Amino acid sequence: MSFLFESFKGWKAYCESNHLNLYESVLQYEVSQKGVTEEEIWLGLAKAFEVMKEAVDSGLSEDMTSKSGMINNGAKKVYNFPVAVLSKEFQKLISRALAAKEVNSCMGRVVAAPTAGASGILPGALYTLQEIHSLNDREILEGLLIGAGIALIIEQKASLAGAVGGCQAETGSAAAMASGAIVHCLGGSVDQVFNAVAITIQCMLGLVCDPVAGLVEIPCVVRNASAVAIANSSAQIALAGVNAVIPVDECIEAMGEIGSSMESRYKETAMGGLAATLTGQEISKRVLIQDIEILSDEDLPE
Amino acid sequence: MIGPIMIGPSSSHTAGVVRIARAAIRVLGAVPDSVVITFYNSFARTYEGHGSDKAIIGGLLDLKTDDQRIKQSFEIAKEKGLEYTFKSIGNASVYHPNTIKLNLKNGSKEVEVIGESLGGGIINIAAVDGFKANFSANSFTLIIKAEDISGAIAFISAVITQEKTNIATMSVSRKGKYDIACHVIEMDSGIRKTTIEYLNSLTWIKELIYIPEIDK
Repeated sequence: MSFLFESFKGWKAYCESNHLNLYESVLQYEVSQKGVTEEEIWLGLAKAFEVMKEAVDSGLSEDMTSKSGMINNGAKKVYNFPVAVLSKEFQKLISRALAAKEVNSCMGRVVAAPTAGASGILPGALYTLQEIHSLNDREILEGLLIGAGIALIIEQKASLAGAVGGCQAETGSAAAMASGAIVHCLGGSVDQVFNAVAITIQCMLGLVCDPVAGLVEIPCVVRNASAVAIANSSAQIALAGVNAVIPVDECIEAMGEIGSSMESRYKETAMGGLAATLTGQEISKRVLIQDIEILSDEDLPE
Repeated sequence: MIGPIMIGPSSSHTAGVVRIARAAIRVLGAVPDSVVITFYNSFARTYEGHGSDKAIIGGLLDLKTDDQRIKQSFEIAKEKGLEYTFKSIGNASVYHPNTIKLNLKNGSKEVEVIGESLGGGIINIAAVDGFKANFSANSFTLIIKAEDISGAIAFISAVITQEKTNIATMSVSRKGKYDIACHVIEMDSGIRKTTIEYLNSLTWIKELIYIPEIDK
């Protein structure tokens, strides 16, 4: 069981030979790893989904201004704007992902899924999915388990941390988790779930982590919105049976390869990309503490 | 992979910071009445923007990593009479990039704790009162300051063995030969109060600090 989440191929084979649904194998794994009962796992998932929905709702109702001022109630503006670019549902989807992520930037409570920087994507996707398709909580929680399985494999084969693999590892992984969950909840097959993950990764490859002033705000918040859009477009493509051509395991390997060859200035160090722009530098000077003590050699701790 | 549930924006700048403070107040044995907080290196510049200042005060007030009151921790500190001073030092290269030093005071008792936030909410308490400590505070930790005498390590571990717990890590450091030695022991499960009292009653043991799981 311990090698189950090393590859998608292995995950599928395990489920087939044991006559398990994808989510059931994750449930088994969680029980064996954490030494808790199935009941406790379901309760934990229900709690997580509740906090996700709470984050969306508070992001759309409470004041969301970050200490730096860069985040300033964007989600509410998007939610309430009278013109819908595509449809009301799309507008809600985008604003919900923004809302949950704004809560994160403003020191509110979120679920790291898989990380805090990508904590708007699953809430935006699943909240909206449940509303549109009138799904019950149990179905959504199954989707969360599938998302967890997907993240376990990505962590094994690549990384989930921006400091290791860039933004593709954080928002890319969260989008992959969300698209797999969506396809499962809408009755897709195992191959369709995997194709959704593969297509999502193909769309997110190469994205660098270049946060302005090192804060989890710009561009992290808007990237949670774009990632949730990609999660949905990939789910739509995969559910229709369109093949990703490059198998999901190989897509993840490509993500790992790109992540490890990415220069460190693009990996959460705030030294490259948007962080290094003229405006990014100016903001950094304004919001970061400047009166730092620099100790002389004899005063340095040993 | 789904979780933890935490206060944003970042596991290393909020969750990890709260946990360092929660470990430190357990070393002190109380919520402090005054504290000097020094943020080092990478933390020195970014602690305010990430809300690590509110996170550390929240942790010192014993708030958990998912407590929504962390955002208002300065106001709560004022109500409870916790006085605090922030310092930032940019060039302590011997320390981990995300290091915090806490000088805590409760009445006449003072302790110094140095903690590192390693990412994902994981921490390392690097030093306690100038002794090397290096514990994660994930399980059950014993810190024993005792006379540096022959057989001390064997004696302490034998007593712990009676508790049917497994020692996960153990480190010992001392100020000097036959001076005071500091034993830091991480265990997989807890030990009974009577055992703690017994160890504490021994004349050669000068101080014992027991830190059960800090997140509970």
